Amino acid sequence: MSISVSNISKSYKNVTALQDISFNVKAGELFGLIGPDGAGKTTLFRILTTLLIANKGIATVAGFDVVSEYKKIRNNVGYMPGKFSLYQDLTVEENLEFFATIFGTTIEENYDLIRDIYVQIEPFKDRRAGKLSGGMKQKLALCCALIHKPKVLFLDEPTTGVDPVSRKEFWEMLKRLQQKDITILVSTPYMDEAALCDRIALIQDGKILQIDTPQAIVKHYPKQIYNVSANDTYQLLKSLNAYSYNHSVYPFGEFVHYTDSRANFNPKDLIAYLESKKLSNIEIYKTEPTIEDTFMELAK
Amino acid sequence: MKNNNVIEAQELTKMFGDFAAVNAISFNVKKGEIFGFLGANGAGKTTAMKMLIGISIPTSGKAKVAGFDVFTQAEDIKKNIGYMSQRFALYDDLTVKENITFFGGIYGLSRKQIKEKATVLIEELGLEKVANTLVGALPLGWKQKLSFSVSLLHDPKIVFLDEPTGGVDPITRRQFWEMIYKAANQGTTVFVTTHYMDEAEYCDRVSIMVNGKIEALGTPKKLKEQFKADNMNDVFLKLARG
Amino acid sequence: MKRFIGFIKKEFYHIFRDRRSLFILFGMPIAQIMLFGFAITNEINNVDIAVLDHSKDAITEEIINKISASKYFSIHQFIEKERAIEAVFKKGKIKAVLNFEKEFSKNLVKEHKATIQIITDATDPNTANTISNYVNAILIQYQQELNKDITIEYQIVPQTRMVYNPELKSVYMFVPGVMTIILMLVSAMMTSISITREKELGTMEILLVSPLKPIQVIVGKVFPYIFLSVINAIVIVLLSIFIFKMPVQGSLFLLAIESVLFIISALALGILISTISTTQQTAMMISLMGLMLPVILLSGFIFPISSMPLPLQIISNIIPAKWFIIIIKGIMLKGVGLQFIWKETLILLAMTVFFIVLSVKKYKIRLE
Repeated sequence: MSISVSNISKSYKNVTALQDISFNVKAGELFGLIGPDGAGKTTLFRILTTLLIANKGIATVAGFDVVSEYKKIRNNVGYMPGKFSLYQDLTVEENLEFFATIFGTTIEENYDLIRDIYVQIEPFKDRRAGKLSGGMKQKLALCCALIHKPKVLFLDEPTTGVDPVSRKEFWEMLKRLQQKDITILVSTPYMDEAALCDRIALIQDGKILQIDTPQAIVKHYPKQIYNVSANDTYQLLKSLNAYSYNHSVYPFGEFVHYTDSRANFNPKDLIAYLESKKLSNIEIYKTEPTIEDTFMELAK
Repeated sequence: MKNNNVIEAQELTKMFGDFAAVNAISFNVKKGEIFGFLGANGAGKTTAMKMLIGISIPTSGKAKVAGFDVFTQAEDIKKNIGYMSQRFALYDDLTVKENITFFGGIYGLSRKQIKEKATVLIEELGLEKVANTLVGALPLGWKQKLSFSVSLLHDPKIVFLDEPTGGVDPITRRQFWEMIYKAANQGTTVFVTTHYMDEAEYCDRVSIMVNGKIEALGTPKKLKEQFKADNMNDVFLKLARG
Repeated sequence: MKRFIGFIKKEFYHIFRDRRSLFILFGMPIAQIMLFGFAITNEINNVDIAVLDHSKDAITEEIINKISASKYFSIHQFIEKERAIEAVFKKGKIKAVLNFEKEFSKNLVKEHKATIQIITDATDPNTANTISNYVNAILIQYQQELNKDITIEYQIVPQTRMVYNPELKSVYMFVPGVMTIILMLVSAMMTSISITREKELGTMEILLVSPLKPIQVIVGKVFPYIFLSVINAIVIVLLSIFIFKMPVQGSLFLLAIESVLFIISALALGILISTISTTQQTAMMISLMGLMLPVILLSGFIFPISSMPLPLQIISNIIPAKWFIIIIKGIMLKGVGLQFIWKETLILLAMTVFFIVLSVKKYKIRLE
């Protein structure tokens, strides 16, 4: 086990941030912690990176206890905090060099590991980090976290505030890193990124809702979901919410995701009901559940 | 207004030196429409929006917002729009009621109006128990719903939302969109700038800016067909990667 | 060691790339010295005075000539009656009136004692005080000339003794104080800001999750500022020597050692501040309110400690700056050696050790 967490709880003054969290991450796995802001992701990261001490429970990273053997962990992990923590007034190269030095290594020594990522920002190596775009900052921060060839990499919301193109590139990089025997724990509030992980834990309000592979998680969704659309989305939502047989009604992009509480649901009944509410252009068809549907079903 | 458009932009341009941050963009937004204004960081979204809300003067082109000219009637525009952003929304160190009173006050509502609106708003959002709690102590999702309601206090013709739902949990986010649909249904135009593509899927129409220009404009459905993509994220990736 | 050097290199990058703090670092000592030296001065120049001479004899004339010949005063008008004095002051231009008694020379020769009344406009007490001191000085000088070859002395006014600063140069008094303030400000405020900046940026998290030891981070943060503060101290001393012609009486070496000691105690205070504040803004506020004000008000720099109420006198003892000012005044103005200031040095040393121990203890290896 690369990371093992058992029964971790943590509370601040009067807020419970984490409640009895347990999970394991295997060596070489890309494990995602999926949940909204305030779910407790950052607190968990800080406990695992030895920055905070849990009130209850034990955890090990790379085989070392997070409390008693914190010094060994600090030598063996890479950590990229929520904000891209770079020195804004140092250049790209100076940032990288600094982080290499404090970890007792050099850029050359581990260049292999970061080459793929670094070549993309190398043209700007004399530019101050503060003047980089979000995507480039993210890449530089990743290089800095990797420069000492850590066994375990912690990435706390690495894609927040970054545009879709950079986000996609970033996940491609993570996939490549995984092949170099680095265990990666990544957190994100974006449900669509969950599918890119080997396994995920859905987390909300300090509790884990479910842990599994993304495929298994959607497979276990208990209901059939229907995409419903009509000429007026607001009236459609109102009507569906008022429908006595509904199980869940959620706007979902241009559609509304609808599940029915009856086992023998016939979409025609629903169409008739909606027409009685003076809606037109009604469309209703089956659709596959997403991670987000599962999340909402579990968090309900 | 003769036509139904609440925002009309023609060849709207903003230059910073030689650099065209916004390069001759043209589009219209209809009353009651939910319009998504998309683009990567640095594509010119924020600059364009600043011109539309009357805090930045365009270099050239024409634009009317709520029937007022962005060059000469910026002050009238400000009175007729609402604005909410994720970065700045409400004062954390004021209570829910104090925030409502304050923002109602700066938009010139009378004391009586503020009191009535506050009561309705607090009831609708189910905030009765926390009406006298500091906003900073509320969960993010509540804050954002409250912040949206506050931006609608003075019944603006258009409300500008800057990345409104980033990081919010999925259920709260749905509730937030339900509020947006409701506002639009009541005739308020909603202008959403974002680089989260899943937010785009909720809009009636979206425009996508790349390097200062609008490269795509239409309903999400149409754009997905046009770019042969499954979702708006793919549309965006195809556009951005050229 | 390589880690440590890498860290210091980074700190210097920060300092030299931040124009604003560079400006504070090097602009402030110069500006402050100039301000205190020239603008906020106790010296007077060409003050308008009036003379009411009841006796109009040779000696009064001579004294008046002496006074008007000095660059400090210019005699604006002569008045004839006591009644006119008030009217003259009311106009505001005249800051002092010299009132010679009747038969001034006769009294001086016969009684060996004559009186001159110096009436000053005390709406500005500092200036009033200075004017009377200056007039006294001129009178004393004249008296000495008169008495040169006489056995029984003539006496004009009570003597005012001025030691260490015979020319009444206020800048001599200010230099030690300004130096103290600047070293305090640069060392404590700049370090506390630079550490909290890392907290704000989130880079502190990464430093914590690295093999760097707390002592390496602290010393690495502090070292550049020791260097810069020493440069500052040198600039201040040079400015006072060359621009204000202020002699440094004592050993420069001793001065340097004592300054470094004070700098280190201020740096430790800066670290202490950074451990209790999470933003640069708080760090700055605490440094300004918690350190600067006591240094200015309670260190004896502006207000003499002996004239403070007893509780404040007691409080002033816990302010390191008080001891440092005593030390450097001793070295710079009186030229004393360690044998006279060992007690103050020891107190400062003890405080420094206390602050260092406390700040290392308080420095957290985790986030809470």
